Amino acid sequence: MAVVKSQDSFDRKGTPLEHFLVEGLHCPSCIREIEGALQKNPIIKNVRLNLTTQRLAVEWSGDSPDVAANSDEVIKTLKDIGFNGYLFKDDPSAAEGDKEGRWLLICMGIAGFAMMNIMLLSVSDWAGTDMGDQTRGFFHWISALIALPASAVAGTPFFKSAYGSLKARSLNMDVPISLAVILSLLMSVMQTLNGGADTYYDAAVMLLFFLLIGRFLDRKMRNHARSTAHNLMSYRPSSAIIVTENGDTTNCAIELLNTEMVVRVAPGERIPVDGVIVSGTSEVDNSLVTGETIPVKSTLGDKVFAGTMNVNGALDIRVTALSGKTLLDEIIGLMETAEQGRAKYVRLADKAAQIYAPAVHLLALATFLGWIIFSTVGWEQSLITAIAVLIITCPCALGLAVPVVQIVASSRLFKNGILVKAPDGLERLAEIDTVAFDKTGTLTLGQPEIANADDIAPADLELAASLAKTSTHPLCRALIVASHERDIPTIATTSPLHEEPGMGLKATIDGKEIRLGNRDWCHVPMNIQKNTRYSELWLKVEGRDAVFLAFQDRLRKDAAEVVAWFQNKGFDVLLLSGDRPDVVSEVAEKLGISDYLGAAKPQDKIDRLEKLKAEGKKILMVGDGMNDAPALSASYVSISPSTASEISQNAADFIFQSQELDSIVRAYQVSKMSRKLVFTNFALAAIYNVIAVPFAAAGFLTPLIAAIAMSSSSILVTTNALRLNLVKLWKA
Amino acid sequence: MEGLIFLIPIALFLGLLGLGAFLWSMRSGQYDDLEGASYRALFEEDEIKKSDK
Repeated sequence: MAVVKSQDSFDRKGTPLEHFLVEGLHCPSCIREIEGALQKNPIIKNVRLNLTTQRLAVEWSGDSPDVAANSDEVIKTLKDIGFNGYLFKDDPSAAEGDKEGRWLLICMGIAGFAMMNIMLLSVSDWAGTDMGDQTRGFFHWISALIALPASAVAGTPFFKSAYGSLKARSLNMDVPISLAVILSLLMSVMQTLNGGADTYYDAAVMLLFFLLIGRFLDRKMRNHARSTAHNLMSYRPSSAIIVTENGDTTNCAIELLNTEMVVRVAPGERIPVDGVIVSGTSEVDNSLVTGETIPVKSTLGDKVFAGTMNVNGALDIRVTALSGKTLLDEIIGLMETAEQGRAKYVRLADKAAQIYAPAVHLLALATFLGWIIFSTVGWEQSLITAIAVLIITCPCALGLAVPVVQIVASSRLFKNGILVKAPDGLERLAEIDTVAFDKTGTLTLGQPEIANADDIAPADLELAASLAKTSTHPLCRALIVASHERDIPTIATTSPLHEEPGMGLKATIDGKEIRLGNRDWCHVPMNIQKNTRYSELWLKVEGRDAVFLAFQDRLRKDAAEVVAWFQNKGFDVLLLSGDRPDVVSEVAEKLGISDYLGAAKPQDKIDRLEKLKAEGKKILMVGDGMNDAPALSASYVSISPSTASEISQNAADFIFQSQELDSIVRAYQVSKMSRKLVFTNFALAAIYNVIAVPFAAAGFLTPLIAAIAMSSSSILVTTNALRLNLVKLWKA
Repeated sequence: MEGLIFLIPIALFLGLLGLGAFLWSMRSGQYDDLEGASYRALFEEDEIKKSDK
């Protein structure tokens, strides 16, 4: 079928291929709609939408397509039919990961093929007691013919990792695995040559197959989490509008900006660079950078920072610093220092391997020496028994013990909207005893909410809402929300409305001028209603006193419950915020957090965490802003919401996508349970070894027993890991 | 037992055929989009042709 032509099939021809991320895919007919619409465009030769990754692959027609212009056209076409498209920024490490996953799949296919065919021969070997020696020898030779090349290919992931580990003079789980595979194959070949009865081809290949399944699923889960995290980041703007000297505007990729260029930022957009305002007036929301919630009025000559939000009014910004001196660079510097201070975490599987591998090898050696000294079977038979011990100690159960749990845990979290970014994140999260929260954007939504609605007459609120309805200013939207909550109708006024950027709105209703906006706009003197706590709006009706509308950042719905949950479980909870101390103390009081720090600069946050670390605390840091990024790297383990700044998402070990904060509790519960299951798995593997090893050491091991032991122990640890799906997760 | 002489090669050949089919399907990218493929089957034939040129 010609339709099943994947992006790859035209990828390999080497033609230029562009990837787009499409937002808003919800139904299968989107495929037809998007592909159909784009296919009509002559600039596009081929297009293919991948519903799983939500990415669109486009192949340009012609020899030297104008990629930038074409990309814009694709995004425009997508917009016309109702989808948001973004140019996908390729991540070379993800491509590398893809390749590795593909190789694992190939290895798995080969191991599976070899296992099935060898089993066919082995089962008849075990069952056919009346089989002639020649037939048996023939079967063994065929098995060897399949098993040796198959293991040479399918075993590479383990052999490579084992070699790397040995070169670094340490032992990981792949060392005993590789050794067991290689030795059992060698022994089997020896047996085959000598016409012996016991060969272990099936056990060796089965071991590889089971472990490869685990590896592959693990990699797939992690790739999935990473590509989703990467998708989130592509939603950010990649180009800026630059204003040329003669006043024209053109699009320019952010990477290509130079100092002294002037960038125009429309209201409601994020400011892409550090710079100085050269024209325009607006309020700038710095919360992602400083944690400060009230938008700051900024005008000619004021400095603005990359990542902040331009609330109202267009701004022209002269780019000042691109590298070395931006606020971002300062933060990255802090992050790197913090990162160095973080002790390297040794994963549970590696810890286990460090005990397990030497123990097993010593045991095998003891078996060999024992037989040589205390019996008369000769060195050959002694060696065979020693190898049998190595095979039966079953690296299979141990090799699967951690990855299987990890897979089940990550997929459970994924379904709950939590991405596990760091491979060892789950293990670290299970060990925490302290939780540090950022305020803005973490405990709060970073969206304002009206604070004094009950003091305002409903008629005034209705009037204010009728003006606010048309505006996109966050405070105006908060007004509308407040009116909805109080069943106050919010119908936009039909009178002509005038909006003054950075000031407010004005309209004339029933012959009276009505103004909604800041203090200056409504001509309210500074000495009335002194206010440093809240964001404010004023409503001024001609001939009446102005009405004060106070706004504050809104707490996430379940913030209090989440904090209480951690406190009840005996965790220390602290609050570190860059916002003003009086706001921070009020939030802390509301949530029952006694340990808090306001007006904290990134360095202050790190200092605080370092101090706790020195006391032996293991801290979970939850934060979103750019100012939290260094603290996220300094903590033991870290979580960010998906609304966090790019740099914080990069630093965080986990990312949660929901509006609710209870994701953090769930992530903790899952990680705690995974830890328990990993230990039960270790215990199961140990018990199994205690039972099986004496048999092998006594020389009673047959290939049949080895095959049964290997598969049953694998099934046992897998089933145990699946118990994670039964855990009830907390819901606020 | 003489049957084994050709039965085993046949079994191996079939196994290899399966392995080959698996590797081919993977290389041609049939595992890239597991969700979309199930819906594509439902599209009308002429619409597919139009969009596939």
